[in-house]
Amino acid sequence: MTAVPVVRIRNALVAAMQEDIDDRSALDLADRLATEVAAHGAGLVLLDVSAAQVVDSFISRVIVDIAQVCRLLGAQVTVVGIRPAVAITLVELGLTLEGVRTALTIDDAMDAAEEGLGGDVRLG
Amino acid sequence: MATSDSVETLPLNGSDDVVRARHRVRALATELGFDLVAQTRIVTATSELARNTHLHGGGGELTLSEVRDNRRRGLRLVFADDGPGIPDVQTALSDGWSSRGGLGLGLGGTRRLVDEFTIESVPGEGTRVEIVQWLKQR
Repeated sequence: MTAVPVVRIRNALVAAMQEDIDDRSALDLADRLATEVAAHGAGLVLLDVSAAQVVDSFISRVIVDIAQVCRLLGAQVTVVGIRPAVAITLVELGLTLEGVRTALTIDDAMDAAEEGLGGDVRLG
Repeated sequence: MATSDSVETLPLNGSDDVVRARHRVRALATELGFDLVAQTRIVTATSELARNTHLHGGGGELTLSEVRDNRRRGLRLVFADDGPGIPDVQTALSDGWSSRGGLGLGLGGTRRLVDEFTIESVPGEGTRVEIVQWLKQR
């Protein structure tokens, strides 16, 4: 297992998934994000997947779970930087990360959060 | 009838093996000349099926081979286990069956990612899934 680092920037937590995340590391990240959101009262979680070459049904499910758990804890999750080939494959698999906000870049995600608009406002 | 060469076998007994299988398949797909989207499809299919072999099949192995027929070349992957098998393959292949349970088999979606998909499963004996991705002619 390789732990995904979680960095705190003001009111936000930023986690960047590595190129090839294994299942246990993904579940571990989900648990730590929930704990850290509660501990720091974070309002925003940015999940950077720009390095991920593969997002399969398991990782997709973990991402949706992270978004729902964090929403219950008062934080909004934005998935950042999905690669085009990954987006195509996800749709073909029938996985569309329903209800999860997305942004192309961290800057876009932060801008949208500051403005309190942009993207899909529903979560979960 | 397609012929095959350069056969290679990898174990699938843990989540680290799933990661290794993804790496090996990506390397081979790149070597064969698949474009990025095709690579992503086959590596994602590998991830789904390797996880099934490991989690639901109780471990098994992946056999990789390069295949060719008269017109084209491709990559064939066989995921085999001696696990409990799937009682109702048709239901397991239908969309939504996997998502209902959350972390299910995802066979229906995986089938859409590849050119050929064959599954044989005997309750009490095991499951064998074979997929083939052909290199598109340019």
